[in-house]
Amino acid sequence: MTFIRRSFIASTLAAVLGAASLGAAAQDQFIVVASTTSTEQSGLFGHLLPVFEKKTGIKVRVVAVGTGQALDQGRRGDADVVFVHDKPAEEKFVADGFGGPRLEVMYNDFVLVGPKVDPAKAGGKDILEGLKKIEAAKAAFVSRADKSGTHAAEVRYWRAAGLEIDKVKGSWYRETGSGMGPALNTASSMDAYILADRGTWLSFKNRANLDIVVQGDTRLFNQYGVMLVNPARHPHVKKDLGQAFIDWLVSAEGQQTIAAYKIGGEQLFFPNAKR
Amino acid sequence: MNWIGESLHGAVALATAGDARLWAIIFLSLQVSLTAVALAAVAGCLAGAAVAVGRFPGRRLAIVLLNAAMGLPPVVVGLVVYLLLSRAGPLGSMGLLFTPGAMVIAQFLLIAPIIAALSRQVIEDAWREYEEQLRSLGVSGLGAALTLIWDTRFSLVTVLLAGLGRAMAEVGAVMIVGGNIDGVTRVMTTAIALETSKGDLPLALALGLILLAIVLGLNGLAYAVREWSVRRYG
Repeated sequence: MTFIRRSFIASTLAAVLGAASLGAAAQDQFIVVASTTSTEQSGLFGHLLPVFEKKTGIKVRVVAVGTGQALDQGRRGDADVVFVHDKPAEEKFVADGFGGPRLEVMYNDFVLVGPKVDPAKAGGKDILEGLKKIEAAKAAFVSRADKSGTHAAEVRYWRAAGLEIDKVKGSWYRETGSGMGPALNTASSMDAYILADRGTWLSFKNRANLDIVVQGDTRLFNQYGVMLVNPARHPHVKKDLGQAFIDWLVSAEGQQTIAAYKIGGEQLFFPNAKR
Repeated sequence: MNWIGESLHGAVALATAGDARLWAIIFLSLQVSLTAVALAAVAGCLAGAAVAVGRFPGRRLAIVLLNAAMGLPPVVVGLVVYLLLSRAGPLGSMGLLFTPGAMVIAQFLLIAPIIAALSRQVIEDAWREYEEQLRSLGVSGLGAALTLIWDTRFSLVTVLLAGLGRAMAEVGAVMIVGGNIDGVTRVMTTAIALETSKGDLPLALALGLILLAIVLGLNGLAYAVREWSVRRYG
C-alpha cells in the first residue's frame, strides 16, 4: 500500500509542478492585445509585431476575436490594449470609462464579395445599390451576425440603403454567427454574397466561385482605432507597456510599417493616425 | 479526391520539415493535455473508487451525475472557466486567463468526470468480485479503494486513454480560455481551426493528420507499456 500511495503522491506532485511551470512559462515583458480576426488573419500582426518586439523587447500577445468580444475583454480587464474597428462601439467604450482615449491608427476597406456570375447584378461601385439589388433578387447573402465590426458595418449599410434588415430578411439572408474566415467558407460553399474586409479576403484561399463584386465606394472605408484599457478601473493593466505599443502604432515608424504590409503587391492597410 | 493526396503530402512535408513553430505547437498540445490527464487521473480514479466502494446517501444520484458529466460541452466548460479566471471574475487576480495553465484547468474539468465515471464502473465490477475477500482481511474504505485501483490498473489505462483522447481533440474550451495566442497558447486543435478560418483547408487537414498521428502514437505507446507490464507483473 505504501508504494501505491507514494507513487500517487509523486505523480500528483509532478502534475502540479508541471501545471505551475505552465502558468509561469513566460517571465519576459508582455501585453495582451484584444483585436479582431481581420488584423490577425490578414497577417498584419505577423508583419507588425516582430518589428515592435525587436525595438522594445515587449512581447505582444494577440487574442483575435470579433470587435464586440474584443471590447468585452477590454471591459472585463482581460486585455491591456484593444485594437478594433467599430467606431460607434469604440466611442461608447471610451464614454463609459472603460478605456481610452481612442486613437485612429489606419483604415482598410470592405468589399462586397459574391459569385463571379453576379446573379443579382449587384456589381459596381455603389455598395447601397448593390445591397438593394441583392435584396430585390433574394440572392443568397451570408451575414457574420456576430456583433463584430464587419457585422456592425453591414447592418449600417443595409439601413443606409433604406432596408431594415431584421424586417426584410428571409431564407436568402443567412446568419452564421461566425468569424470572417468561417463566414467566407460558408459563402464560398453556397455561392452567396458576403461583406468582407479586404485584408481577410486577400489572404483567404478557399475562394471557389467568389470574387469581388463591389469595391471603391468611399462609404466602404473601415477605420481602426486603438485604446488603452482604463488602469484606474483595472489596476493590473500594464499601462506603460500598453501605452508604448499604442505610441509606436501611431508613430512615424509604426505607420510606415503598416503601410509596408502587402499581399501580392497590394497594400492592405492605410495608416492615417493624426499626429 | 485530389485534396486527400494533397493534404497527406502536406502533412508529411510539414512533419519532416522540422519547422520549429510546428514542434512548439505539438509540444504545447502534449504538455497541456498530458498535465490535464495526469491531474484528472488522480482526482478521477479516487472519486470513481470512492463512489464504487463507498455506501452513502445520494450515491445513485452521484453515479447519474458523473455519467452525465461525461457529456459536458467543451464550449460551456470553456465559458465558465473564462468567467472564473477573467479579471472581472472571482479568480481574476491569479492572472491565469490566456495562459496554458487556464487550458489545463478547462481540460481537467472536461476529462475528470470521464475518468471518474468510467473508473467507477471498472472498480465497482472488481469490488463485487473481491468485496468479501477484502472484508475478511479487514480492509475497507480507502485501503479497499486503493487496492482495487491497483488491481484494475490495466483496465484503467484504457480509461485514461479515453480522457486523453477527449483532451487532445478538444477545441471549444481551449480556444476560449487560451485565446489561441501565437507562440503562447496555440495548440494543434486551435491551429487547425485558425487555418480553416483562413480558408487554407489543405494545411488545416495536414495539421489534422499530424494530430491523428500523434494520438495514434500515444495509444500505441500506452498499449505497448500495458502489454509489457502485464507480462512482467500480470
